[in-house]
Amino acid sequence: MTLKDIAFRNLRRRKTKAAFVFVGLLVGVASVVAFITLIEALTHDINTKLEQFGANILIVPKTENLSLNYGGLAIGGVLYEMQEIQQKELRKIRTIKNSANVAAVGPMVLGPIEVKGKKVLLAGMDFGEVPMLRPWWIPHGQFPNKEQILAGAEAARVLGLSVGNIVENNGHALQVSGILERTGSQDDQILFASLTTAQSLLGKEGRISMAEVAALCHGCPIEDMVEQISAILPGARVMAIKQVVKGRMEALDQFRRVAYVLSGVVAFVGALVVLVTMMGSVRERTSEIGVFRAIGFRKSHVMRIILLEAGLISAAAGFSGYLLGLGLTKAALPFFSDSQGISIPLDPVLAGGAFGLALLLGLAASIYPAFLAARLDPQEALRAL
Amino acid sequence: MAVHGINLNIEKGELIAVMGESGSGKSTLLSILGALNTPTSGRYTVGEKDVYGLSQEKRADFRREFLGFVFQSFHLVSYLTVKENVMLPLAPAAMKGKEKGRLAEEALARVGLEGKANRLPNQVSGGEQERVAIARAIVNRPPILLADEPTGNLDSKTSREIMELLKQLNNGGMTIVMVTHNPENARVAHRVLHLKDGRIQSLLDADKSG
Repeated sequence: MTLKDIAFRNLRRRKTKAAFVFVGLLVGVASVVAFITLIEALTHDINTKLEQFGANILIVPKTENLSLNYGGLAIGGVLYEMQEIQQKELRKIRTIKNSANVAAVGPMVLGPIEVKGKKVLLAGMDFGEVPMLRPWWIPHGQFPNKEQILAGAEAARVLGLSVGNIVENNGHALQVSGILERTGSQDDQILFASLTTAQSLLGKEGRISMAEVAALCHGCPIEDMVEQISAILPGARVMAIKQVVKGRMEALDQFRRVAYVLSGVVAFVGALVVLVTMMGSVRERTSEIGVFRAIGFRKSHVMRIILLEAGLISAAAGFSGYLLGLGLTKAALPFFSDSQGISIPLDPVLAGGAFGLALLLGLAASIYPAFLAARLDPQEALRAL
Repeated sequence: MAVHGINLNIEKGELIAVMGESGSGKSTLLSILGALNTPTSGRYTVGEKDVYGLSQEKRADFRREFLGFVFQSFHLVSYLTVKENVMLPLAPAAMKGKEKGRLAEEALARVGLEGKANRLPNQVSGGEQERVAIARAIVNRPPILLADEPTGNLDSKTSREIMELLKQLNNGGMTIVMVTHNPENARVAHRVLHLKDGRIQSLLDADKSG
């Protein structure tokens, strides 16, 4: 028989009260865990999407003209002469301070060609960088070599192209190596060829119309990289493609703040439940505590019994709260993200934190009741002697 | 009820019965002797120890080491078994569980409850509960036993058995101070202290007490 045995036996006997304290802490810890894991899972999801987003920095020639294109709709009547960037200039990108964050540089030359009597935009690009710059592309067929072209889904439909067809242009015969699955973007309406082939067809050797840069973006300083590239390419306009992600991240930040406040409130209410229940328990046990004190238990012994009880319940609530929190996150994720199969990893730091939080809440809320119990005058408590 | 001008010397191995009407100060006196109720004036010493000169925690240690309590309404802890109740005073002690168990079994054997160790208090009779309370009071072998109406809730046969048990403990060298209303019980004492209005009315040998 030790103080721990007394605490354990009392918990077994007062199951309802113990359950009440347990549930109070469980809800508090589970809510905090659910909010944190939900935020972490959503942040991870956005970061993953960001990395799958392909190019996130766009380099175009500087121009004083304004675009007459809105939502993919070109307003006819005014044409501007297309300016270009020297291809060799792009090598400088590998020399910027944050060059380690540069995953891929994709030069692109653009120009119109005529196929079967219809004008179509030809894009020359480095297909070696496609997996990094356009990871969402699904070609039916193969990526083209120097004698081939790849057709966007809409371009293939309009021009009546299928894999293996030959396209004639200015005396060049190019075979269709593949057709892209529909992307919903402008890529659907374009023919793609290797950079040198397109430059040759368009008469733009050594020049490019634009370049795309894929930066490893999880925590990379996009704004700094834009500034660094702008500095080395003064004739180009460098833009970060991040508005959508930024908006999403801002919304997530707001959610994070609200979630933390809510977590705090729920945890506080949980602690209040513990406090009230433990106070009630101490009051109920006045005579028993009086006996303990009368037979020689020190104040510290009585406090230890009460805190041991709170500690045992808190530990159980911490462990269960962590698991329940993960379960709640799993259930709630589909309402917050369209992504399938977002993983919720078992985070030992969060598990330890949940355990610590439960102990902290349970013990902090029990200190006052334990103090009251220890302060009980045994004579008053017994009223029997 | 306050007590006044009590000057009492109890010898080691004595059995004292404290009698008096309700409100005469019996329980107050017993609580002072039990180091539970600090007197506003005066001293209470056990051997060389000035009990109320000790800090509260040291006084708790004193109660654990020197005193055994038998409460009027037993005050057994309902969720602990008979044996666990008996072991209760040993719970804070840094002693091996087996040793605690052995002491508890020994105390239960002394009160004749060897076979009921694993029962809960509500599964034994009133007389047996009183015996459990006595076993709990003597488990750590204190030199002094304080008993408040130890037979107050018992029938006459069981009362006699309990008084016989207390007498045996006293014969074993234990000093006992017992509050009682029952003159029959007082007869087993060496001396009988009569209190009235918080003052000693008489302190006589039991055979002269009437």
